[in-house]
Amino acid sequence: FIQRLLRIEVSLALKEGRISPTELCRKCLNRIKKTHHLNAYITVSEELALKQAHEAESRLSKGVSKGPLDGIPFAVKDNFCTENIKTTCASNMLKDYTPPYNATVVQKLLDQGAVLMGKTNLDEFAMGSGSTDSAFGPVRNPWSYEAAYREKSGADPDADWVIAGGSSGGSAAAVASLTSFFSLGSDTGGSTRNPGALCGVVALKPTYGLVSRHGLIPLVNSMDVPGIITRSVHDAATVLGVLQGHDVKDSTTVTDHPTPLTGLPDDFDPRNIRVGIPKEYHGPGLSQETLAQWSRVADMFEQAGFQVEQVSLPHTQHSIVCYHVLCHAEVASNMARFDGLEYGHRSDVSSSTEAMYAATRHGGFNDVVRGRILSGNYFLLKQNYEHYFVKAQQVRRLINEDFRRVFGSGVDVLLTPTTLSDAMRHTDFVQEDNRTRSAQEDIFTQPANMAGLPAVSVPTALSSRGLPIGLQLIGPAFQDRSLLTVAQWIEQKVGFAPIRYHGDAGEGEIRVDVLPSTPTVWEKNYLIPC
Amino acid sequence: MSVVNYARTLQKVILNIGPRCYHRWVTTASVALRIRDSKQNFRCRLWCGLLTPVHYQYSTEGNTSKAKQVPADLVDKLERLALVDFPNQEGLVCLKKAIRFADQLHVVDTEGVDPMDSVLENRALYLREDVVAEGDCADRLLQLSKDTVEEYFVAPPGNIPLPGREEC
Repeated sequence: FIQRLLRIEVSLALKEGRISPTELCRKCLNRIKKTHHLNAYITVSEELALKQAHEAESRLSKGVSKGPLDGIPFAVKDNFCTENIKTTCASNMLKDYTPPYNATVVQKLLDQGAVLMGKTNLDEFAMGSGSTDSAFGPVRNPWSYEAAYREKSGADPDADWVIAGGSSGGSAAAVASLTSFFSLGSDTGGSTRNPGALCGVVALKPTYGLVSRHGLIPLVNSMDVPGIITRSVHDAATVLGVLQGHDVKDSTTVTDHPTPLTGLPDDFDPRNIRVGIPKEYHGPGLSQETLAQWSRVADMFEQAGFQVEQVSLPHTQHSIVCYHVLCHAEVASNMARFDGLEYGHRSDVSSSTEAMYAATRHGGFNDVVRGRILSGNYFLLKQNYEHYFVKAQQVRRLINEDFRRVFGSGVDVLLTPTTLSDAMRHTDFVQEDNRTRSAQEDIFTQPANMAGLPAVSVPTALSSRGLPIGLQLIGPAFQDRSLLTVAQWIEQKVGFAPIRYHGDAGEGEIRVDVLPSTPTVWEKNYLIPC
Repeated sequence: MSVVNYARTLQKVILNIGPRCYHRWVTTASVALRIRDSKQNFRCRLWCGLLTPVHYQYSTEGNTSKAKQVPADLVDKLERLALVDFPNQEGLVCLKKAIRFADQLHVVDTEGVDPMDSVLENRALYLREDVVAEGDCADRLLQLSKDTVEEYFVAPPGNIPLPGREEC
């Protein structure tokens, strides 16, 4: 029964002694073994996890808990450095790399007593939107194996499995498949929110500068943020409270951050909150079901008394192109550190330094990474610098101004879809190349990265294929707490049921409580059949 | 005219305007709700804005009418700068697609706009005291490399340019 519970309930259960941290850890490890086919984990740190669980148990027995996360299993995306645990970024380049230090966010969680289950799978170097381009194989969405998907779409999970989203697909799959209670992802263009929406879990991207990036192997320095994936908004708030804060080792963290969250307010007056619906997010390719969910939640807001209004972010359609240029340019710069000399894969070529570097990078990177480095270098050539890179930076300012204007006019939060549709089948997803897919899938999520704003994806319902659909809320910078308050309200109202299973040790049949598909009251009264 | 009839008429009008009004029930339901609430004022506010989606000027394939040429010497130069080779002809095609995609940025008017480096540009950078706070870990770092001699990373001879494509 344990995996049904949310982190907050498990914390209580641990405190009250209804279950011990070691038992909890063992259950999660068993579950990881059972869900091995999902390929969510690259490295499972079994011994370390049990050791940490033992320590948590002795602490709890003495009554000296380290905090709300003491003894709770979690997973970390494999581009965060973890001391003495292989950190690969799903790439051949770092296949045997073991960092000598912990990333700040990982260290903070370990200091709180959380139990590290392992490192999760991702797209190589976090480049991608499907978790399909990993050196260790693609990640499967746990919902592919649920009764809802099988029944509603008649698909065979082994042949028609759907993608988990990317690039933090492994982290989202780990939380959705109940092998850990929360996990860390990284969000550069939506890499946490995209898999969060496709796997039906809560995915938070905090404000840029709130959480330290020290130890996160960088992709785009001006947009990367460690992301938090949990099964409930309250858990996301708790983890953010632990992780946020200035870090001396990361000069892009702010010193005047808001005080850490100790909880989210339950009572607030909806009439004081203005929700904006940006009309440009109703773009080409948006599926009817996602549109219906978006509309449903907007109406839910209005019925409850929120002030809902349409807003305009005119540069939205140019955002993805701008992101493309800036991302490739920064990637070209950040990937330059991988030359095989000080760490990582090194080729045997020794005729010259440059030949060795070139051969190392040829062997270490896959086509996607190499493609991005080359196009990034193209955009940074002297003859192209003004034309592409500076132009993109100017467009970035325009996008930022759009958001500033909207939030400055008094809007408190924006409601948008997270992805174009529910999860695609893997066989369909790989029909197009990585760059095209990223351009399609990141369209709603990357504007928040461009402007450094906090955003959270909340699952709202299952689609007609039995797969989750999520909606995104974007808030003003450093207003993560208010953002999560509204997200919690949605979560409570939509009542999305995560993956559950009956019976212990996963022997029971896996069933999903699907939302009723009967129309709501207002739909019955006002729906006019065409 | 009753509210429902009004909404039905409006629905017909809406359907005739939009070329592909596939989200009919959602939009119409929203319209009817607004009309019912604001009895004095028959202003309609529609959700997810619109009857039809916003038309985006860009496409994921980029502007295919103006194909960008990438001359061979530029390919060579990029490979030397990046120290990464094009995987094959497909790689070059990918680069061209990426350039075409990026070219769509130029429809935006950015006259007089300052480039933005960072979203935290209005904040002062935190500076700490210039004292050594940690370090002394040379041994651990040297262990990570495949080829070291005492305290040195071993590199092949430098100052030898990469051979060009035709020389390989």
